[in-house]
Amino acid sequence: MTHRASGSRALSTGALARVEGEGAMHVEIVDGKVADVQLNIYEPPRFFEGFLRGRGYAEPADITARICGICPVAYQMSACAAIEDALGVTVDGPLHELRTLLYCGEWIESHTLHIHFLHAPDFLGFDGGVEMAAVHRPLVERGLEVKKIGNQILETIGGRAIHPVNVKVGGFYRVPSRRELEPLRNDLVRGLEMSIEIVDWVSGFDFPDQEMDYEFVSTAHPTEYPIMGDRVVSDRGLDIDVAEFLDHVEEYQVEHSTALQAHLLERGEYLVGPLARYSLFSDRLAPAAAETAQRAGLGPTCHNPFRSIIVRAVEVVHAFETAIAVIDRWEQPAQAAVEVVPRAGIGHGVTEAPRGLLYHRYEIDNEGLIADAVITPPTSQNQATIEHDLWHFVENHLHLDDEELRQRAEVTIRNHDPCISCATHFLDLTVVRE
Amino acid sequence: MIDRKPSLAVWKFASCDGCQLTLLDCEDELLAVAEQIDIAYFLEATRATVEGPYDVSLVEGSITTAGDMERIKEVRRQSRFLITIGACATSGGIQALRNFGDVEELMRIVYATPSFLSTLDTSTPISDHVPVDFELRGCPIDRNQLLEVISAYLAGRKPAIGEHSVCIECKQRHNTCVMVSHGTPCLGPVTHAGCGALCPTFHRGCYGCFGPAEQANVKSMSGALAQLGVSPDEIQRLFHTFNAWSEEFRNPPVQVAAPTRKTP
Ligand code: SF4
Ligand code: SF4
Repeated sequence: MTHRASGSRALSTGALARVEGEGAMHVEIVDGKVADVQLNIYEPPRFFEGFLRGRGYAEPADITARICGICPVAYQMSACAAIEDALGVTVDGPLHELRTLLYCGEWIESHTLHIHFLHAPDFLGFDGGVEMAAVHRPLVERGLEVKKIGNQILETIGGRAIHPVNVKVGGFYRVPSRRELEPLRNDLVRGLEMSIEIVDWVSGFDFPDQEMDYEFVSTAHPTEYPIMGDRVVSDRGLDIDVAEFLDHVEEYQVEHSTALQAHLLERGEYLVGPLARYSLFSDRLAPAAAETAQRAGLGPTCHNPFRSIIVRAVEVVHAFETAIAVIDRWEQPAQAAVEVVPRAGIGHGVTEAPRGLLYHRYEIDNEGLIADAVITPPTSQNQATIEHDLWHFVENHLHLDDEELRQRAEVTIRNHDPCISCATHFLDLTVVRE
Repeated sequence: MIDRKPSLAVWKFASCDGCQLTLLDCEDELLAVAEQIDIAYFLEATRATVEGPYDVSLVEGSITTAGDMERIKEVRRQSRFLITIGACATSGGIQALRNFGDVEELMRIVYATPSFLSTLDTSTPISDHVPVDFELRGCPIDRNQLLEVISAYLAGRKPAIGEHSVCIECKQRHNTCVMVSHGTPCLGPVTHAGCGALCPTFHRGCYGCFGPAEQANVKSMSGALAQLGVSPDEIQRLFHTFNAWSEEFRNPPVQVAAPTRKTP
């Protein structure tokens, strides 16, 4: 059923694989030109923002974690940041450090999963990580080992890897002693070595030349490579307090998707995630990560979405170094959490999920109940850009037959590691050629 | 014995992907499992799919759309054993909170044009729609329990998974009771075991993510919470999370003896 590029054509596939969640891609080609590209997200809506109303201020950390099983810590951290902002609470010192350590576990786990199971198979021509393991078993085993160390961080501090139980507004339920963290350190040192090897491995893949003109948006921290922070910045001059986020970013509904899309008012689509963080803050990477990035041939910025696999691998190196530094400095605080007194208020929080900026806003009443909640996940923000990338890609590859076009278009989507569970709160590809 | 490898399929309905991710989190066992069984359908991990029927289907997520009501029937037809994984599939999940209210209202809060959506006004467990061979609890499920269930079904035996409460797991771990010693509200007495009493080990009360234990006495649990000074609204919210639509937690009796400290 292959039609050639000369006329108009139509393609369609089953569910797009190796993305988190469910969706489809629809491409229409009329007279040899791309007429329409839609990222259809048909993940059923779960209405989190709706049923958060009337819940207690302490609940979003656990409830919103269930928006996404791949980045629950991101939800917990953005929720806590926003609620702490509303209640006038500051969490700093060792409790902030412990949150950073927990978050590093999630970056390591999520990025390593994406690199080995979702993205690398595209470059090496396999259907998935398990199939890749049949040929490259040691490479996949190394990936699984690194991923497991990420999970060990999550389990040691959070109790479990998916939906950790130890996070709360104000800090933690229980903080570990130095002795409890010590065994983790040896594994982290081994993980760091392996993560450097992974950068060297993925940087040898064959990358298409595709420099895109993105506006990069990321959380900003005064001194650290962005994981948590209180400002939002872009490489084109956006520099706002987190409280101004919704004044600049508009979420809107499109008919073909259960996920809301977002754009910057008067500026249009933008990109969040590893490419954005790296391009804005590569000068703040930890030493080994910076050195490895250089060896991998990355400049100070990266506009090629295919090379995002290298950037993810570099961020894993950075996460290991950051995690080791936290453990080396660790002094168990006397209190596991800052005291929190409920009061009426509005608060905003941004942190960097592995896939990019995750914004939460809560309005809390004087009994500590939530009056209103807004959650803007990374994939919603990237959706318009993903559609744009796809448009660009298809337009330049109309000569490919339908099957190859479909496969390579999928890669264009997976470059951005879209998380559809997040965004509805992915993928079937249809190409119609007329 | 059959000489072909048994096949496994993983299906997703309304969920967060956390339960199926648990399979990929079996880092030490994953490649060994993949050698013994044919992972025939697991979209989160591979684009390769094999047509059914499947020996074992793992089903994540709840039923929230008319299309999914049909799809689950097809999955059932294609599966020798159907195992639900997690609170969404087993009791409707956190998204079942819509069952208690007005779904139109919820849609309006989240979406400017709710008419673009096609969704049911309930989120229901898989067992409301098709027969289920085994229900694995948890939000998310426990990795070791998952491995036990898969190996049990492949070996043709019953999974060795107890039906006792988190309370018993605390005793096995020699945890101090957070309720007795610290006055922390804890659903451990009525919650299904499986997590190894994780929350109390981290000095917090259990919030019931594994759903009701066998013979959960929700009434006396509510009474005990009220005695700690937990308000009826808070008791209701405690039960109404990830397993809110389970029969036992659906309508917790909260009108028990009013706590003294709440009198104005
Ligand atoms: S039961 Fe919990 S962890 Fe599992 S899919 Fe549902 S929300 Fe996610
Ligand atoms: S203690 Fe309760 S809430 Fe915590 S993980 Fe176990 S079952 Fe879930």
